[in-house]
Amino acid sequence: MPGYNGNLDAVRALVRETEVHRDVYTDPEVFALEMEHVFANTWVYVGHASQIPNVGDFFTTTIGIKPVVMVRHSDGSVRVLHNRCPHKGTRVANEICGNTGRFFRCPYHAWSFRTDGSIAAIPLPNGYENTDFKDSAAAQGMAPVRNTQVYRDFVFSRLAETGISFEDYFGESLSSLDNMIDRSPVGELEVAGGVLRYFHRCNWKMLVENLTDTCHPMVAHESSAGTAVAVWKQQPEGTPKHPAVEIYAPFVSPYQFYEGMGIRIWPNGHGHTGVSHSIHSDYSAIPGYFEQMEAAYGAARAKAILDTNRHNTVYFPNMTMKGPIQALRIFKPVAVDKTMVESWTFRLVGAPDKLLERTLMYSRLINAPTSPVGHDDLEMYERAQDSLHSDANPWVNMQRLYDPAELDQPTAVANGTTEWQMRNQFRAWRHFMSATP
Amino acid sequence: MNAPSEQDLIGFVLHEARLIDEQRFDEWLDLFTDDGRYWMPLEYGQTDPVLHNSLFYDDKLLLRIRVERLKGAKTYSQKPKSRCHHVLQTPVVDAMDPDGNRYLTWTPFHYLETRQDEQTLFAGWSRHHLLQVDGTLKMKLKRVDLVNCDSAFGNIQLFM
Ligand code: FES
Ligand SMILES: [Fe+2]
Repeated sequence: MPGYNGNLDAVRALVRETEVHRDVYTDPEVFALEMEHVFANTWVYVGHASQIPNVGDFFTTTIGIKPVVMVRHSDGSVRVLHNRCPHKGTRVANEICGNTGRFFRCPYHAWSFRTDGSIAAIPLPNGYENTDFKDSAAAQGMAPVRNTQVYRDFVFSRLAETGISFEDYFGESLSSLDNMIDRSPVGELEVAGGVLRYFHRCNWKMLVENLTDTCHPMVAHESSAGTAVAVWKQQPEGTPKHPAVEIYAPFVSPYQFYEGMGIRIWPNGHGHTGVSHSIHSDYSAIPGYFEQMEAAYGAARAKAILDTNRHNTVYFPNMTMKGPIQALRIFKPVAVDKTMVESWTFRLVGAPDKLLERTLMYSRLINAPTSPVGHDDLEMYERAQDSLHSDANPWVNMQRLYDPAELDQPTAVANGTTEWQMRNQFRAWRHFMSATP
Repeated sequence: MNAPSEQDLIGFVLHEARLIDEQRFDEWLDLFTDDGRYWMPLEYGQTDPVLHNSLFYDDKLLLRIRVERLKGAKTYSQKPKSRCHHVLQTPVVDAMDPDGNRYLTWTPFHYLETRQDEQTLFAGWSRHHLLQVDGTLKMKLKRVDLVNCDSAFGNIQLFM
């Protein structure tokens, strides 16, 4: 069988207009190429500036499978560095977060680096005299990810030196982030409540597709959301509404609900469900919150912000967020059949704590390793990951509500049950799989 | 009404684990007070279950939903079903306060959850906050601290 490495035609042939080849989920070589190209050519979410408020604060993470560290530099700016010692490769920042002061110090041979990555000192420096060390890659220090952009505290990086600009890459899709941030009366978010980390034995793209898969909740989640509704109905009349039932129940809304909510498509694989309404539209008001919003923005604007109830926004390749509940998930690829799902939650600065409380409950019930809704979904992904090895049909179908005219429409709003956004993601995937798209 | 003995408290903890292992979940739910909680922190030494997230922070209704779901005909993540197994160290009685109707035990445990060909080992400490209701011991709070509470996990579908 011909391989995919160095064979761009074979890679591109994996994505057809309405179906994708199973190798995109199961082939380790395709996975390696994704890490090399898709995760280098796109702008990938790294972290949030509130995680590193003070000079020297750092947060370690990955872009694809590449280790990086986000750090607050001495001049107050946010920097992203490759988290690898230029000497022998040791990981320099080891904790998930911490404070390193003005310098990183490698624990192996004590090379030290400023928080912009440049070398501050090397022990016994005369050992490098007359060796042309200064021309070596090591002399550059911890390599910075130069293409790093902070958008209203959300930090994104593009590993590739050259490529699409941040503005062109995201375009109008930033409106979803804006809405989430604007829900704070002071226009500011803070990471809060810890991070839930959930291993999935499946390819990362299955999760990304699921985010705009509106034909599965009433089926796959009947077990959890349907049971929640049934148990609730058995409660004695007059029992106060349980906040968790408010979270669970909309999952089992009928098809018409999802058809009507709409899906918006943006260029470069971004998109969102819930154009007109969503499963988050009917949550109870939190006392005092609207008044704070009204005071900050005026009644009309406050209402416009809070009436926008987008469901899931996908920022290609691997971040997704929910404005109405201030939650964000990252699908971190680990191997072709292994993904780490991180669920992050935010406090709306200046808003009642009750909002954070609801956000945490949502993540705990829907996205944690202990979540019934999470169990429902993961079961489907794992079964697919295994059964895609069948040779009965090597193609995965994404044809629902397909119209060839969509190829000429980079931006659109469509029926909420279309698989257009999944096709959109794979068209972006095919594009960014080139070494230089 | 007789106050429980130390042996009663220890017996309660052993019985509670057995109900879970035998998947007698309806009986298990009856061990909780009406306002009882099952809490599994996400953070080592966590004190706040409300504004910091947890793996579980269920009241009785949420537990009831889980228990009913496990029985459901369309619960595909339980086809086939999970099984589990506790090994408990002898519970230590940390508080014995008959006047305040307040009892607390501390129990190191190993717990296995298995489904299909996978088996996962968890280890931690359970704290049972107990009281007597009409002469019967009930759990007001079962707090389960995993030794690796902040690790990434795969599915945890049953109860520890
Ligand atoms: S590996 Fe870092 S100083 Fe040698
Ligand atoms: Fe789902």
